[in-house]
Amino acid sequence: MIRTALVVAGLGLGLTAVFAQSNAISERRDAMKAVGAATRDGAAIAKGEAAFDAAKVQSIFKVYADVAKKMPTLYPENSKTGGETTAAPKIWEDQAGFKAAFVKFETESAAAATASTDLASFRTAFGGVTKNCGSCHELYRIKK
Amino acid sequence: MLRLRRLLVTLVVLAVAGLAGFLLLTDPRVVSPSPEIGTLPAPDIENGKLLFAAGGCTSCHATPGQDDKLRLGGGLALESPFGTFHAPNISPHTRDGIGNWGVQDFVDAMAAGVSPKGQHYYPSFPYTSYRLMPPKALADLFAYIRTLTPVEGRAPPHELGFPFNIRRVVGGWKLLFFEGAAFRPDPSKSEEWNRGAYLVNGPGHCAECHSNRNALGAIVKATRFAGGPDPEGKGWVPNITQAETALAKWSKAEIAELLKSGFTPSFDSVGGTMAAVVRNTAQLPEADRQAMAEYLKSLPAVQGPVRPARTGS
Repeated sequence: MIRTALVVAGLGLGLTAVFAQSNAISERRDAMKAVGAATRDGAAIAKGEAAFDAAKVQSIFKVYADVAKKMPTLYPENSKTGGETTAAPKIWEDQAGFKAAFVKFETESAAAATASTDLASFRTAFGGVTKNCGSCHELYRIKK
Repeated sequence: MLRLRRLLVTLVVLAVAGLAGFLLLTDPRVVSPSPEIGTLPAPDIENGKLLFAAGGCTSCHATPGQDDKLRLGGGLALESPFGTFHAPNISPHTRDGIGNWGVQDFVDAMAAGVSPKGQHYYPSFPYTSYRLMPPKALADLFAYIRTLTPVEGRAPPHELGFPFNIRRVVGGWKLLFFEGAAFRPDPSKSEEWNRGAYLVNGPGHCAECHSNRNALGAIVKATRFAGGPDPEGKGWVPNITQAETALAKWSKAEIAELLKSGFTPSFDSVGGTMAAVVRNTAQLPEADRQAMAEYLKSLPAVQGPVRPARTGS
């Protein structure tokens, strides 16, 4: 009886661990997809394919800042592999640098939101803040 | 006794002949003669700067960890199945870099893979692609590099296992795999396509990463541009042919956009060493990125090595 209980408990723990791991990976993927969708909207405005809309622009930078805050918490030790992740081992080797990159992204997103008062200022701010995508991916993401 | 002596003599003769054959066949001047540079006009430094960006020289030759990507002190470690290569100093420093080189030395290095001392370079330095650049273009590039800041210091030597640590062995590799000459335009194709073909296959050396390699480290021709495992370690280099799962659904404008901003059509942003590539291609004129895209859109659909099954959910 005790043995069965232990086995069940053990299985439960194992499943929880697997669940937590795949959860973190799918959560961070969803977060990055949200950034991608916001960037699509931003690029359309910057290229003149969509009209400049102050509220929309603010929401784009809010997505960036929110994701930047949340991201560093989504890389537990047990989520280094699995679920098609393209996270680079460097994330865990250089936690300080990884976290600093998101602080920079968050700060610059907030500054970009304040600076974007019209199309011209938005273009400059958007171009600047989206440079964070490549510079962070260069270090902390493997090729896929 | 007499028979034994005859056998010994035969063996020695064979060994000497074998060694002589090896030395002859792996001689840098035999397997990779230098192109004739002839008389060149005054170098066009602006064109050299453009080729420097197209070639992504800083990605390997800028000393890692510094902000100024134009200080070409070298030192980047390049992992490979054969050992670790260290990119050398190519700044115009007279002692540690290429400050003492002449145009011919530079052309020999880039188009023949041979050093001023007459030794082979390892193909980790992609002269297999750079060879497509004609002497005039190489002279322009050399003139531009000479305008940069001389940087002191040398990179550590390569760390390679036997027999790869013997440079002569590269001669055999060149015999098997090193071919081609300066790029010749295809008159049946547009000027834009030809420009793109030149940039992608020559200075851009895209195939060097976006192809898989055989056991001896040479690009497998049949699956050129079809991606494969990242030779530097973890990850997978994408297929960039027109295969259904590769770039078939990408428009020419979308490929050019990736080379400019690093964003894919779904606004994902490229990572790893491709981020550095984009920093370089972003400096090219828009017409050149469009030309590269035009050429890539013309590549036949090729299915590359099958990606290993992914683990996890």
